[in-house]
Amino acid sequence: MAPKRIFLRFSADKSEQPIIYRLVKDYDLIINILKANVNPQKEGTMVLEITGDRYSEGLDYLRRQGVGVQPLIEGITRNEERCTMCGACTAICPTGALYIKRPEMEVYFKEDNCIVCQLCIKACPMRAMEVQF
Amino acid sequence: MSAQKTYAEINAKIKAGKAVVVTAEELIALVEEKGLSKAAREVDVVTTGTFSPMCSSGVFLNFGHPAPRIKMHRVWLNDVPAYTGIAAVDAYLGAAEVPENDPLNRHHPGEFRYGGGHVIQELVERKPIRLRATAYGTDCYPRRELNTTITLDDINEAILFNPRNAYQNYNCAVNLSSRTIYTYLGVLKPNLGNAHYSTAGQLSPLLKDPHFQTIGLGTRIFLGGGIGYVAWHGTQHFPAIQKDETGRELGPAGGTLAVIGDLKQMSARWLRGTSYLGYGATLSVGIGVPIPVLNESIARWAAAKDSDLYAPVVDYGEAYPNRIPGTLGYVSYAELKSGKITVLGKEVPTAPVSSYPLAREIAQILKSWIQEGKFLLTEPVQLLPSPADGLKPKVLG
Ligand code: SF4
Ligand code: SF4
Repeated sequence: MAPKRIFLRFSADKSEQPIIYRLVKDYDLIINILKANVNPQKEGTMVLEITGDRYSEGLDYLRRQGVGVQPLIEGITRNEERCTMCGACTAICPTGALYIKRPEMEVYFKEDNCIVCQLCIKACPMRAMEVQF
Repeated sequence: MSAQKTYAEINAKIKAGKAVVVTAEELIALVEEKGLSKAAREVDVVTTGTFSPMCSSGVFLNFGHPAPRIKMHRVWLNDVPAYTGIAAVDAYLGAAEVPENDPLNRHHPGEFRYGGGHVIQELVERKPIRLRATAYGTDCYPRRELNTTITLDDINEAILFNPRNAYQNYNCAVNLSSRTIYTYLGVLKPNLGNAHYSTAGQLSPLLKDPHFQTIGLGTRIFLGGGIGYVAWHGTQHFPAIQKDETGRELGPAGGTLAVIGDLKQMSARWLRGTSYLGYGATLSVGIGVPIPVLNESIARWAAAKDSDLYAPVVDYGEAYPNRIPGTLGYVSYAELKSGKITVLGKEVPTAPVSSYPLAREIAQILKSWIQEGKFLLTEPVQLLPSPADGLKPKVLG
């Protein structure tokens, strides 16, 4: 299973508890701490990369402990089955990541140019543009 | 020798596997290469295509009777209400209908994630659909409530009947206002930020037979991946030839088709639930119409190129919603497809909301059906009103 990134927010009382340890020990997750910060009020934020089959159970555990959990947006993908190449996204996308090849009028998505602004997500009438967490 | 052919002659050639069938794009190339007269003599059928959101679409359903019987008074399919003010277990599900608890535009722009068009797509995909009905009960139809699950194969009939499809031409929409607007032509950025248009231009069925010389009641067509028929002219059918101030002809606009076909033989690739941000739910429909080349005049119209066909540029910020007449000028489909046009001296990026690649695929599929002898042409029982009839829209008081 590919690693997933999540953003955690702890209140002061939670910063003291061995939450990460439990994730590893009870849920068999491989944890990579990408960023961690504790502010003067002892509130913590953390960005984790998590790998393991019991990922969603682990997240449920965190939520039960009162930890704020938010998946980080990994990127935008296009669902090729759903896309009808209508073109309605192409003048909305600010970077040209979604563009029309002429004269064929075929619509392509160049991921490298995508800045994850998410404007296309709702503007696409076929709901073909998807956020990946 | 002029190229006079009859429907019967063309059908005989189709049956013999000898008909010459080209797509509208291919006809354009052929006319450029060989000239109109030669192309008109050689070609028997020209195929066209369009794939676009078409709100005036829906399906007549007959569910069959449960035991005990019911006279449905209200009916919902996956929570989307259908109209059942017709016989006991008949209903009409409209593509633009949304569930009663949909937030609509309360948090503008609403998303309209699910509606009648999505139910139609799921029916065609043979997905199970929740059917709920209420009734007041009669002596012959005593049941008052029904909660069950159906699939397309479980019910008696599902007849796609779309009162207005395949719009001949459409406005090119821009926004002169200073806020983003959410329209049936997509999201329009403020201050002429973008321009959206919605036909396949040189491939689009009604742009290829502007005088309705061949398309009429009973014309057999590609509809939603299956076979359908032209049932009538569409609602708001006001065909005309556009002209600028100098009287120069700018191609046709205003025609529409009402179409009908058995939903059970259609495919979800060509009927797709669609969600217009801030506007509503709808259905994208694939339609392809064959044009028999009965004579040179029909071939000439069918060979119209993107550079011969024009769309009026209209402001959807102020003019369109308030029905203020006039346009911001005309642009050709060749210009629209180039990716930018000039409006009020400003360069504006363009984008279609109708799929040209799928329109092309439809024209190709229809071409192969005819070449394989699977699809014969029908002579219309009656032709549709043409620009010569001078039909004009009314304004509601
Ligand atoms: S708007 Fe959606 S369906 Fe249309 S081309 Fe863009 S991604 Fe594809
Ligand atoms: S997220 Fe933004 S940049 Fe990326 S494809 Fe969508 S509109 Fe373009």
